[in-house]
Amino acid sequence: MTNPTSPAAPGQSRGERNFARVQAGMKKRRAAETRFRLYGMIAVGLGLSFLLVLMFSIVSKGYSAFLQTYVRLDVPLLEEVIDPEQTRQLDTLRSADYGALVKQNLRDMFPEVTGRRDKFALYNLVSNGAGFDIRDRVLANPDLIGTTLSIWVAADDDVDMLLKGHIERTGPEADRRIKDNQLAWIDKLNAEGRLEKRFNVAFFSNGDSRDPELSGIRGALMGTIFTLIVTLSLSFPLGVAAAVYLEEFAPKNRWTDLIEVNINNLAAVPSIVFGLLGLAVFINFFELPRSAPLVGGLVLTLMTLPTIIIAGRAALKSVPPSIREAALGIGASPMQAMLYHVLPLALPGMLTGTIIGMAQALGETAPLLMIGMVAFIADVPQGIFDPSTALPVQIYLWADSPERAYVERTSAAIMILLAFLALMNTVAVLLRKRFEQRW
Amino acid sequence: MTQGKSMTVNAFEDTHETKPVKPQSTATVHRDVRETVGEVRVEDPRIRCTDVNVYYGEKHAIKNISLDVGKGEVLAMIGPSGCGKSTFLRCINRMNDTVSSCRVTGEILLDGEDINGRHIDVVPLRARVSMVFQKPNPFPKSIYENVAFGPKIHGLVQSKAELDEIVEASLRKANLWDEVKDRLDDPGLGLSGGQQQRLCIARSIAIEPEVILMDEPCSALDPISTAKVEQLIDELRQNYSICIVTHSMQQAARVSQRTAYFHLGDLIEIGKTDDLFIKPRHQLTEDYITGRFG
Repeated sequence: MTNPTSPAAPGQSRGERNFARVQAGMKKRRAAETRFRLYGMIAVGLGLSFLLVLMFSIVSKGYSAFLQTYVRLDVPLLEEVIDPEQTRQLDTLRSADYGALVKQNLRDMFPEVTGRRDKFALYNLVSNGAGFDIRDRVLANPDLIGTTLSIWVAADDDVDMLLKGHIERTGPEADRRIKDNQLAWIDKLNAEGRLEKRFNVAFFSNGDSRDPELSGIRGALMGTIFTLIVTLSLSFPLGVAAAVYLEEFAPKNRWTDLIEVNINNLAAVPSIVFGLLGLAVFINFFELPRSAPLVGGLVLTLMTLPTIIIAGRAALKSVPPSIREAALGIGASPMQAMLYHVLPLALPGMLTGTIIGMAQALGETAPLLMIGMVAFIADVPQGIFDPSTALPVQIYLWADSPERAYVERTSAAIMILLAFLALMNTVAVLLRKRFEQRW
Repeated sequence: MTQGKSMTVNAFEDTHETKPVKPQSTATVHRDVRETVGEVRVEDPRIRCTDVNVYYGEKHAIKNISLDVGKGEVLAMIGPSGCGKSTFLRCINRMNDTVSSCRVTGEILLDGEDINGRHIDVVPLRARVSMVFQKPNPFPKSIYENVAFGPKIHGLVQSKAELDEIVEASLRKANLWDEVKDRLDDPGLGLSGGQQQRLCIARSIAIEPEVILMDEPCSALDPISTAKVEQLIDELRQNYSICIVTHSMQQAARVSQRTAYFHLGDLIEIGKTDDLFIKPRHQLTEDYITGRFG
């Protein structure tokens, strides 16, 4: 029977007819089910492929930032340059012109370079930080003075880019960052085995810098850690306390309804508005230091609080009322019932909410722009009052910089940010496992 | 009064005892009458309720109920669903305080003292009138912790040894000690349903209350566990007054000395259990216990 609505054939019982109709409809139903499953798989597949593309793009662009080209120099540590009076005073050693030594060394290596412009081009092959590396070695061991120091110093970012293949060797010379004479010197250094790609220590130990080869993530990372410490230590206790009060103790009336609606709205406020608020209140009114992780943490606390409160209330709601009744029924005060029985059961859910909030805070840029954490800060912050920047802001700053070498550093910074996020989530999952109880 | 009525352990055997097929009706009070039939007062009451009314917002859930709970007696409350017996039970230790729309009027005296009085603190009250709930609800902690929680929060013990003693005594009274003595640190939720309910009873007697309220304590249990809990209730009667709400008329007949029949917020009939089940005086009571509705 093909048409399910056709009248029953003679001699067919009602049951047989119904069965035939069900049979006829089955194909359509199965098709619909298959289709539905397919939609789901397509959605998941699309999501996964976007994620893969993203990860591939970031990693393929960024991995090279973990390597940096270094130049081996054999610098004679001339006493007349470093310490002409032979006092070996720390001040003298510290303020000596080690850059001159590097330049002298480069001139000695390429005696044919004479013109002022050519010399300048030659000096540019080595990072400005080379002199400081030599200074550190001398300060650590003043006996080196008078000997020849063989040292690997960072090459200039253009050299680095050339060797990594990001800068063209061919094409009109005027369009190139590396001129023909520099190319010749680089090739000569390379042939002598004086150029080598090594692990980029500076990237993990330095703050930001105008020279890409000297710039590092440490300043931003420490800024982010300090900011998140402030955020966590304020928003978790405040959020949990607010959630517990609203859910367990507050009378249910118009005022608490109003508060609830406003908390929900607050969670949807664009984050830059919190930045404006922080600027107006914390910096202009309370005169807290600009660019400080303290202020950043305060602003992010405001942003994170609604998330924690909402998740906390949901977690408290999901604790079965029988637990509360059990405690109250044998004479526990409401606070005892909450503290001993309800809160421990709700804690895993609250932790999840907190981690979601903290992850948001970790990636937040806009409010930090408003309170000055976008500034160029070369020093690594030592506390919550020092000016600093944060990882996402650092990524934004580097992405905005014209030097080619910042492209890979931007991607590398993103990888650090994601790794930090993964670390936080892992800790959260472990914590939650530890607290989880079944009922 | 047959107080020493034998406990029938098998739940299926005694149906004809409590639901006799009567040749003729003994009820003399018409269905439309809402005044309480029977003796609401006892000598020397533990709890005396007078004109108790409960409102849930606009809804009048309990209407002018007066009744006594005597010392050393089990009072069963029966009636169809939604008749207000649980609501009334929860008035006695003010569990209704947790429901914001709920309002209670009238007088409930515990040992002559009004529990709704202005100076009465609900926390010590609940230490004197503890409650066992329909669904076994042990805390998600160890068996030991479950029983120890009450004495701890009320500051009843000075030392660990004293606490151990109370825990053991309570579990013994609840007929659970022999089953759990080797695994006191295991989670309370690992026990079977019946054991969990006895654990809840142990938990509530650990604070030495005067009255134990039980809200359908056996409705989630199998017949064997039910029999054990019923036996326990009969033993506890020596030391505590017990109010038990139940849907099972057989259970009411087995465990209680007095029975109260509730109908749509009214207390219809109250009396000695045997009298009420054999010679109900109100037609509604008779309808209910003979299975005409409910």
